[in-house]
Amino acid sequence: MAGWYDGQRPITIAILAMGGEGGGVLADWIVSLGEANGYIAQSTSVAGVAQRTGTTVYYVELYPMDKHRSESGAEPVLSVFPAPGEVDIVIASELMEAGRAVQRGFCTPDRTVLITSTSRVYTMTEKMSPGDGRVDSALLLAAAQLGSKRFIGADFEELSRGTNSVISAALFGGLAGADALPFERVQFENAVRESSKGVEASLAAFALGFDAAKAPPQLPTVDKQAKQTRVDSVSVEIGPRPTKTRAEKASEAAEKERYALALSDPARLVGPSLGAQAERVASEFPAAARSMLLHGVERTAVYQDADYANRYLDRVARIAAVDPARSDGATLTIESARNVALWMCYQDTSHVALQKIRTKRIEGIREEAKAGPKQLIQVREFLHPQAEEICDSLPVGIGGRLAKSKSFERVVGRLTAKGIVLNTTSVVGYTLLWSMARLRPMRPRSLRWHREQGEIDSWLDLVIEAVDNGNPALAVEIIECQRVRKGYGETYARGRKNFDLLIDIAREIQGRDDAKATLSRLISAALADEDGTALQAATATVYAQG
Amino acid sequence: MAERSFAAEVLKLKLGDGAVVSGEGILAVTKALLQSGVAYIGGYQGAPISHLMDVLGDAHDILEDLDIYFENSASEATAAAMLAASVHYPIRGAVTFKSTVGLNVASDALADLSSGGVKGGALIILGEDYGEGSSIMQERSHAFAMKSQMWLMDPRPNMTAIVDAVEVGFELSEASNTPVMLELRLRSCHLHGSFVARDNVRPSMTVTEAIDNPVRDLSRVVLPPASFLHEQEKLTQRWPAAVDFIRDRGLNEVLGEGTADIGIIVQGGLYNTMNRAMELLGHSDPYGDTDIPVYVMNVAYPVIDSEIIDFCKTKRAVLMVEEGQPDYIEQNVNTILRRSNVTCQIHGKDLLAEMGEYTTSVVTHGLSAFLDTYLPDSTTHKPNLLLPDDHPDSPFAARDSTSAVEPRPPGFCIGCPERPIFSALKLAERETGEHHVSADIGCHLFSINAPFDIGATTMGYGLGSAGAAALNSRNADRRTIAIMGDGGFWHNGLTSGVGNAVFNDTDQLLVVVDNDYSAATGGQDLLSSGNNNPIRSTKHSIEKAVRGVGVKWAKTVPNTYKVAELRDTFIEALTTKEVGPKVVIAQSECQLNRQRRVKPEFQQALKAGDRVVRERFGVDADTCTGDHACVRISGCPSLTIKPNPDPMRTDPVATVTDSCVGCGVCGANAHAAALCPSFYRTDVVYNPGFTDRVRTRARSWLISRLSKRIENRAAAFERQI
Repeated sequence: MAGWYDGQRPITIAILAMGGEGGGVLADWIVSLGEANGYIAQSTSVAGVAQRTGTTVYYVELYPMDKHRSESGAEPVLSVFPAPGEVDIVIASELMEAGRAVQRGFCTPDRTVLITSTSRVYTMTEKMSPGDGRVDSALLLAAAQLGSKRFIGADFEELSRGTNSVISAALFGGLAGADALPFERVQFENAVRESSKGVEASLAAFALGFDAAKAPPQLPTVDKQAKQTRVDSVSVEIGPRPTKTRAEKASEAAEKERYALALSDPARLVGPSLGAQAERVASEFPAAARSMLLHGVERTAVYQDADYANRYLDRVARIAAVDPARSDGATLTIESARNVALWMCYQDTSHVALQKIRTKRIEGIREEAKAGPKQLIQVREFLHPQAEEICDSLPVGIGGRLAKSKSFERVVGRLTAKGIVLNTTSVVGYTLLWSMARLRPMRPRSLRWHREQGEIDSWLDLVIEAVDNGNPALAVEIIECQRVRKGYGETYARGRKNFDLLIDIAREIQGRDDAKATLSRLISAALADEDGTALQAATATVYAQG
Repeated sequence: MAERSFAAEVLKLKLGDGAVVSGEGILAVTKALLQSGVAYIGGYQGAPISHLMDVLGDAHDILEDLDIYFENSASEATAAAMLAASVHYPIRGAVTFKSTVGLNVASDALADLSSGGVKGGALIILGEDYGEGSSIMQERSHAFAMKSQMWLMDPRPNMTAIVDAVEVGFELSEASNTPVMLELRLRSCHLHGSFVARDNVRPSMTVTEAIDNPVRDLSRVVLPPASFLHEQEKLTQRWPAAVDFIRDRGLNEVLGEGTADIGIIVQGGLYNTMNRAMELLGHSDPYGDTDIPVYVMNVAYPVIDSEIIDFCKTKRAVLMVEEGQPDYIEQNVNTILRRSNVTCQIHGKDLLAEMGEYTTSVVTHGLSAFLDTYLPDSTTHKPNLLLPDDHPDSPFAARDSTSAVEPRPPGFCIGCPERPIFSALKLAERETGEHHVSADIGCHLFSINAPFDIGATTMGYGLGSAGAAALNSRNADRRTIAIMGDGGFWHNGLTSGVGNAVFNDTDQLLVVVDNDYSAATGGQDLLSSGNNNPIRSTKHSIEKAVRGVGVKWAKTVPNTYKVAELRDTFIEALTTKEVGPKVVIAQSECQLNRQRRVKPEFQQALKAGDRVVRERFGVDADTCTGDHACVRISGCPSLTIKPNPDPMRTDPVATVTDSCVGCGVCGANAHAAALCPSFYRTDVVYNPGFTDRVRTRARSWLISRLSKRIENRAAAFERQI
């Protein structure tokens, strides 16, 4: 009999999306496209509560209408399940969902045209990490490319956003542009026109999606031959992140330009008052670290003043002087330049106030909210200042006394118990924040300043000690420990506690061969969860091993 | 009002003879009911048959025109009990609910109904929630058919077959005086396809006519001695009548008889999957022209002995394709053949998966194994899905580090009002310590997953409070927390939970999530819904109801987005000396429904030139230190992360996407949990008024003057671009 392997088979299409993204609308468009053009269409999905924001698979089969058989009352028997290895087209709204299509065997290299958005919608696990829990997009992209016969990837999310439409319209355009279905563009567009809502916006997104599929952005292709032979280790062969959005490419080019400028004309990377510091960067520091140092100079000066930038350079200079790889990447110097600046510019009340009232911030918010250039917007801050933070920013004497005062804590507690909502765009709100930002000159007399400066110096002492003891790799990890100092209030306190613990352990184990690896593991553990379970477990093994 | 409107689709219900109707499986069922002369319909919503209730609700005009009574039942038990109207009167009735959970709830009424039997056709339409996408325990409805002796129809997933099954189901019910269940699998309910319509039929006797002409027949009442007679009737009269009807009408099908000396028996609902498996193995074509005989059981219960014997006696071996466990049909078939000395070898769960959904992949594996044994040279093609996973051509060959793909379970929607309830509970527990939390059924059950991780058990709809009943001790230092939705509350929770806790003096905090709708099932109205429903009575207060059954400590928090207030209420309820149950009713409208209501209102006001404000939240990337504590206490899809725009920092920062509906929970959390100063709310004002304009002018003047000093200072240090 003439069957499946003689082409007597439906066109099979699976759509992987998250509930609420319009995957159902996309399936409906495909159904009406088919039905309007001589096909019998069947679609199914699993709906209900399982759909709320979770992964959802929609499945469509299209079978060419056979007039002769239809007249005799025969109907093709269509399936309600996508069969692994037998899906012609997979449409994924997001890169991990494309990866899921490959994982579930819907998307296969012998058959499937994969149309996917290269954008990411992060999972809860990725979002929740106190550090960086993101899955490497390169892995997902490699899976998508290796797992499909034809790969059409573009940031359909970004395309649809530009037209105020939904991603499903851009993906439908992508499907049309992929030339994977026996229909013309106008037939696709008619399916969109038949739906009642937001037709114009949908068609605009459709057009962008269509063009993107016709000329997908150049992505380095993965060597399929090599993959076939070494299926288990594909991930390590990918190299640099192959997917780059336009924004990413632009920022990469800017970074290159900046690096060149840091060597040729460093003064141009800082403001006019920091010429001397820029000169010092050029004369005293390894070339590789200069761009980062100039960032740090600019940041510390804005944070406090030019003297503070000098102090910053003094601190990094101590490390640079002992950096064994000065002329070979200067990793230790670069990471010091980064982490010392970040710590020196710790987030205190005055600095947060400054960040809130910068003109560029309000402009950014206006753009983000899609407000017109003259349109009235109001920006309200949700602040929750705590007694501790206030004491910290006061001069040592008075701050210290107040910190011990129970009645002060009570008064502040009562005033801020419910938090404060401050309208930055109002006269009162702006003036208040402005005044707080203007308290900057008082900062060096504050309790916190004294504490932070002391801790920075003893941290750097330990870094130098590690290099002196012949363990520069450990020194880099000690520098990296700064990453665990995060947040405000309780989060800040927790970060500080973890930092102290890491430094203590680093000091103790610096003679051990596995010191670098151990500390690196501990940093990851400190950033793994909120309640410290991972760090506790990791700490327990440190001494067990030793 | 339900989440999805079928106002356009219901017009198709009016189509008559010969018209082609295309739409969802659910629409086909509704149309078939109208074509069958049904007199009354009831049911309880729940995936996958929620849309059936929604379609009926939107079609109430059409139903009224045909004199059909329609009710949104309080529970599946209520729906099943409705069918009592068909005991004495020759009127057709249909009810629908999710199964097996609905059958569990309804089984008391259904057992009584089956005992006395029916005169008018009684049809129970089951949305079988089994396999991928299911939200309930994995069980089979088949057991209920066997235990109460109701017939179970399992039509092919094809629109015409479904429509026919509804119509013939009523006839079968009447011919055998037995209620008939019609099972629709999850994907069949959401199937899009088409069928040819027939004219709608008015009921031969309406509900009104029945009421006005009361009938009573003592022999139908379930009480001795009639109940003993019912059991005899079931086996001696109703069963044979059903068998005759099913045989005479050819409800089960035999395809391709004579093509081979082996065969396949398949449940109707699995037929399409079965045919696809046969296509993949080269034994059938898209129109089902098979070269292996297939017996399609469109009626899964009762099994027709004579048909089984006829099919099997000419075959060496037969494969039984039966989804789920236990293997009731396979056991039944084996018994029939054994008793009649037919030697045909029956295979089933030995070759097919013992449990779980029968997907194309599962059935193809089993069928391939069967054919390899009995017709080894007949299979010319084998699909790649049969290859071992480590074969490079297998669809499952490792093409990536698949560990990178993380599961993405369902969760609370953007701006969901239930999210802040669990944020507040998490914050309250920081002060009072952890508690045992008994969860319920509904969207709120998403709390058991990250980031909330709240909830230890779920015992069924409305049983959140009852699920904690035993954990009640005067000597314990902390009290148990129970969660219940408004849906579960009205379904049974008011009596099974609240009443029970009052009567037994249970020291429990019960949180009733009142979001105005039965939200998880698609936003249907309830007694406590806040809106005016033209055909139902709403606005009945939950607090009044709990006070009515004797609760002394009850508080309604009318805005769940006020996290701090809710947290404090929880702490109070967890620490008060008051005895008996403490009930907190956390009230805010389901955001899905709210957006559906508010969006058009906003557009209208905007067009009319009224002053309107659009709100959204944001996070300052400069101020955010990338700890993501905000995510861990919220989990909103619109609160996510992005690469750090700061060239010096590496960890991603929090960000709010354009999908934000400005519910306010980010700000409330920032306050209640003392998070960080990074959150802000942007109010975009449209059609500003006079005051707005004057104020703006004053503000711009001041801000531009003050900011000049700040910006000039920064300009001295910052790179000029």
